[in-house]
Amino acid sequence: MNIYLDSLTTALQLIITADAVLLEIISLSLRVSLSALALSCIFGITLGTMLAIRSFRGRGVIISIVNAMMGLPPVVVGLIVYLHLSRSGPLGWMGLLYTPSAMIIAQIILITPIIIALTCQMIEDLHEDYRDLFASLSVSRLSAIKAYIIDARYSLLTVILAGFGRAISEVGAVIIVGGNIDHLTRVMTTTIALETSKGELALALALGAILLAMAMAVNLAATWLKHLAKRRAYA
Amino acid sequence: MLRLFVHYVLAGIMMTGAAMADSSIIVQSTTSTKNSGLYDYILPMVKADTGITVNVVAVGTGAAIRNAMNCDGDVLLVHSRKREDQFVADGYAKQRFDVMYNDFVIVGPASDPANIKGKQNAAEALTAIANTQSLFASRGDDSGTHSKEKSLWAAAGIDQAAASGQWYRETGSGMGATINAAVGMGGYTLTDRATWINFGNKADFDIVVEGDERLFNPYGVMLISSEKCPNVKAAEGQAFIDWLISDKGQAAIASYQIAGKPLFFPSAK
Repeated sequence: MNIYLDSLTTALQLIITADAVLLEIISLSLRVSLSALALSCIFGITLGTMLAIRSFRGRGVIISIVNAMMGLPPVVVGLIVYLHLSRSGPLGWMGLLYTPSAMIIAQIILITPIIIALTCQMIEDLHEDYRDLFASLSVSRLSAIKAYIIDARYSLLTVILAGFGRAISEVGAVIIVGGNIDHLTRVMTTTIALETSKGELALALALGAILLAMAMAVNLAATWLKHLAKRRAYA
Repeated sequence: MLRLFVHYVLAGIMMTGAAMADSSIIVQSTTSTKNSGLYDYILPMVKADTGITVNVVAVGTGAAIRNAMNCDGDVLLVHSRKREDQFVADGYAKQRFDVMYNDFVIVGPASDPANIKGKQNAAEALTAIANTQSLFASRGDDSGTHSKEKSLWAAAGIDQAAASGQWYRETGSGMGATINAAVGMGGYTLTDRATWINFGNKADFDIVVEGDERLFNPYGVMLISSEKCPNVKAAEGQAFIDWLISDKGQAAIASYQIAGKPLFFPSAK
């Protein structure tokens, strides 16, 4: 297949020449998705942990809802965020539509359920093991939460990477709320959609390869950090 | 306060607080003007002459009009005369300006199963496609091109919707995606000439029908009404429109060529 060779050459060319437009798009993609990820982790890990160790009525229902929300179609999230941020919508006065902020909001809604659900599952397992011990030692709830999060930190890294993967790869939500505006809200996935619609299939595939390489770089960096931290811990 | 807070938090993280310069406008536009590369060519000139940064949201004409009615833009640039006139009649714009025109063409595979290559009469060509049950990819997305296509089927007296899912395939997508679909399945499709000339994935496809006066494709531009939408940047939006219909803007549109072929023809009065 000729097109793979074409796109690979194009990808290498773009990277080697440090194409200015490409760098701008990559940097916006990373800033949007990493910002969304950071905020989602703050809410998601906290809520996920609380959901794991507290028992209250309706807990099962909430967990089911959060689990189901992991499957939210990005295009539906985009549409809902659009309706709210539109000038004719309830939050229109903030003037956020067609800005990177709108894209961050949409991605937060997409990935927070993933972070909550996976964190909850992970901490729940730990809680099973340690509940009695902590109870016998009269450990306060806050200290227990801290202990769980610290103990689960390497597993949480996988949770965070799962959220990042979902954010960086989705196109349905950001193309609606961002508008794919050149130099303002154009990210990797919306560029790929645009080039595909222009029939520039080799270029679109090349950008896809670069997106994949980006995701791999972030994953490798995370693995390396984990490795480093473990070595220090056991040194 | 909440507004400032949200902006502060998000912009702080993004470090792009200055990205939205004051003299920038949002244009709700049809996809063909964008996919053809016209904006990439003229917007730097607009910026140099007026200082205005034009941000283009390219969607189908139907979606562009809906977004404009929701006040999510300053200027509307589309190609569906009837709906543009309705937009003005409903008070969403004071006036519609002619900007430019090009034409629609029917493109198809080299094998030409309906044997219509070289025909000028679009209605006859569509009749031949229907009679031979040759595949036809329709936008099916309420866009300007889709409206035009439906009016051509009506002119040919064919109820193409009855064959939807059989030889008549509605992609529900933009122009480029629909051409990709037509190429993928070896069927015909109706496209504006500009998108076709600039299209990268033509395979063995070529223009089979052109030149019918019913294939005329005029583009109009409108400033969204400040009465309906107080957030509209009227001065900047009007400056952009004035530039487009000025002698300089019209000359710029005429000078945009790909492979020696002009894509749009100026038509401001």
